[in-house]
Amino acid sequence: MDMSAATRMEAERSAPVTAQGLPAKVVARDVNVFYGEKHALKHVDVDIPDRGVTAFIGPSGCGKSTFLRCINRMNDTIASCKVTGKITIDNRDIYDPSLDVVQLRARVGMVFQKPNPFPKSIFDNVAYGPKIHGLARTKSELEAIVTASLEKAGLWSEVKDRLGDSGTGLSGGQQQRLCIARAIAVNPDVILMDEPCSALDPIATAKVETLIDELRANYCIIIVTHSMQQAARVSQRTAFFHLGTLVEEGPTERIFSTPRDQRTQDYITGRTG
Amino acid sequence: MAYQFFAALVLLVSTAYVVGHRRALSVAAGRLHDLHSLPAYHGLFSAIGVFVPMLAVFVLGAPLVNWMAQSAALGNFDAAIQADPLQRSVILRDAVSLAKGQFGGDASPELQQAAADFKSVLANGNWAVLGLSIAAGLAALAAAFGTIKVPFRARKHVERFTKIVLGACAVVAVLTTIGIVFSVAFETYRFFFDPAIKGKPSVTSFLFGLEWNPQAAMRADQGAISTAYGFVPLLVGSLLITFIAICVAGPLGLFSAIFLSEYASQKVRAIAKPILEILAGIPTVVLGFFAALTVAPLIRGLGEAYGLNVASESALAAGLVMGMMIIPFISSLSDDVITAVPQSMRDGSYALGATKSETIRQVLLPAALPGIVSAFMLAISRAIGETMIVVMAAGLAANLTLNPLEAVTTITVQIKTILVGDQEFDSAKTLAAFALGFVLFFVTLLLNYIALRIVRKYREQYD
Ligand SMILES: Nc1ncnc2c1ncn2[C@@H]1O[C@H](COP(=O)(O)OP(=O)(O)OP(=O)(O)O)[C@@H](O)[C@H]1O
Ligand SMILES: [Mg+2]
Repeated sequence: MDMSAATRMEAERSAPVTAQGLPAKVVARDVNVFYGEKHALKHVDVDIPDRGVTAFIGPSGCGKSTFLRCINRMNDTIASCKVTGKITIDNRDIYDPSLDVVQLRARVGMVFQKPNPFPKSIFDNVAYGPKIHGLARTKSELEAIVTASLEKAGLWSEVKDRLGDSGTGLSGGQQQRLCIARAIAVNPDVILMDEPCSALDPIATAKVETLIDELRANYCIIIVTHSMQQAARVSQRTAFFHLGTLVEEGPTERIFSTPRDQRTQDYITGRTG
Repeated sequence: MAYQFFAALVLLVSTAYVVGHRRALSVAAGRLHDLHSLPAYHGLFSAIGVFVPMLAVFVLGAPLVNWMAQSAALGNFDAAIQADPLQRSVILRDAVSLAKGQFGGDASPELQQAAADFKSVLANGNWAVLGLSIAAGLAALAAAFGTIKVPFRARKHVERFTKIVLGACAVVAVLTTIGIVFSVAFETYRFFFDPAIKGKPSVTSFLFGLEWNPQAAMRADQGAISTAYGFVPLLVGSLLITFIAICVAGPLGLFSAIFLSEYASQKVRAIAKPILEILAGIPTVVLGFFAALTVAPLIRGLGEAYGLNVASESALAAGLVMGMMIIPFISSLSDDVITAVPQSMRDGSYALGATKSETIRQVLLPAALPGIVSAFMLAISRAIGETMIVVMAAGLAANLTLNPLEAVTTITVQIKTILVGDQEFDSAKTLAAFALGFVLFFVTLLLNYIALRIVRKYREQYD
């Protein structure tokens, strides 16, 4: 990943900083999203720091997923969806027409709400990304990437003897960690997670949360969650969305202890939902 | 008789439904919740209770009466005549037509007596069957009426009856298949091994013979000349044409399926898909003369322009048109299975930075493979079994060739040629058609088996 290393260095030279003095990775300015006539996301401004976990919380339908999908341009696949405003990653406008979506998505990984491993072997699931991006020149390089990704995702010890088995044969929690390994394998800078634990039981959830905690040292992670406890456990910063607007964003402890906005207060104390 | 019976059946069954329904309501006495089953189930229960015995009496009784009437008619003749199957059947036929007033010639007194006996036994017997079935129906209705109580589990009985009916349908379908296979197998056995059949080939000369010429057996004076039942040219012809057809329809069908499911907008898809499916609805006769009158001359003209020698009926013309015929089988089914791959698979692939074509090649097609292979198998089976197009466009000459520009013939065409017009059922030529059918059946079975193995090996199952 020469390219991403270079951009990373360049980013550090003229790094924008968040209000708290952390270097910002993802910067959104006046982002609006329309689904046809429907104005789903309104004037969102936010700086998301590099290295660390940012949680998006808010009632259902408030636009969390919509905003998340703007960051890797997955909204491009929805014909009726239109995005305005500016989002930069490492100071590079990701909606710049000269930017290659394929490269962007290689740098911004995504994990979905429902585990969606490909109906391929565990090995091929993880090798899929590196193969299409040509990250490995030899078979042994590919094997090294797969092994390292599975190790980082905390799945290696459970699957190392059956890499040839189908990924869909794993348990739900294992599948979700496989999807995380798959995302890590292309060596992204940013990992987007849309309710990654909502289909998992508490034990699998705990494993995924531990994993997120380990990954935060090396990646910029953004996680959408409906669980206040989860947001408190895994995130350093929290952003609260309500009816398509970003109401407030700040350090997680501060948002949960002394929210500045009445709507945030109502939501986290369970008065709206 | 049958009319009266069915009228009585409909009448009694519908009455039984209404009676059962009413009875359930009345035993519930306004407290519908206490009934174990809904009133409609009690109605159905009574209707079934009447239907089954009535039908049983008829199905068993009607043939019995017929047999009794025949025995009565035959009773007027000598035992020697009765013992001779040929005379028996002649007498019976005459007696029946006399009884119906359709007998032409002069009837002997015995025959007249036989006809009268036949008529009276049949009439009395039929009335008895009718009466008996109505009695059985009424008795069943009375029994059902008595059975209906508040806790009676009518629903269970109706469910069980449904299960039996469905099972019986499945059994009929399976038995029919088995029956067809066995009858074809039997005639094939006769073709090869029945000593009464003259001019038949040995199994090996049939399976491996390189010459097919059954026509010579038609006239006795030609019989010795060059009758040959070599199957190989037909098989090669069938496979050659099918191969050409799949070469045409495979890529066209699959690629248009991919276009429709992944690239086309909703609007284009809504228009294009039905149009493609219309192609499947064109009768093959029409496609056949299209092949013979339009495509074949075109190919010949083209071939001549390049200095090639093209027969006016060619495997290529038939194969091309047959390919057109099977495009919709491939495209429509493949489109369905590709569309059925969950959106989450596409999202997962795109989110990793895969392009559309990478996603299609590496995720969608493998996931849809079993369906795509069955689409191809269906298309191939259709192509191998297709007759009309080949008759018109590929000719009848059993050339053993792999050259698509020559005329060839196929298994199906030969079956059709043999069985069209008059033929005796125990000549080698006629029975050859059964042997061909049997082998054709095996070829398709083999292809299906291979396809199944392929699917097993490469299937990627999403849940
Ligand atoms: N593909 C789409 N087409 C039209 N409208 C959409 C589409 N996706 C989302 N929306 C609308 O945009 C709004 C925001 O949706 P979004 O999925 O971002 O909500 P969310 O915050 O992720 O909710 P949840 O917590 O339930 O996942 C909703 O009102 C939704 O109805
Ligand atoms: Mg969502």
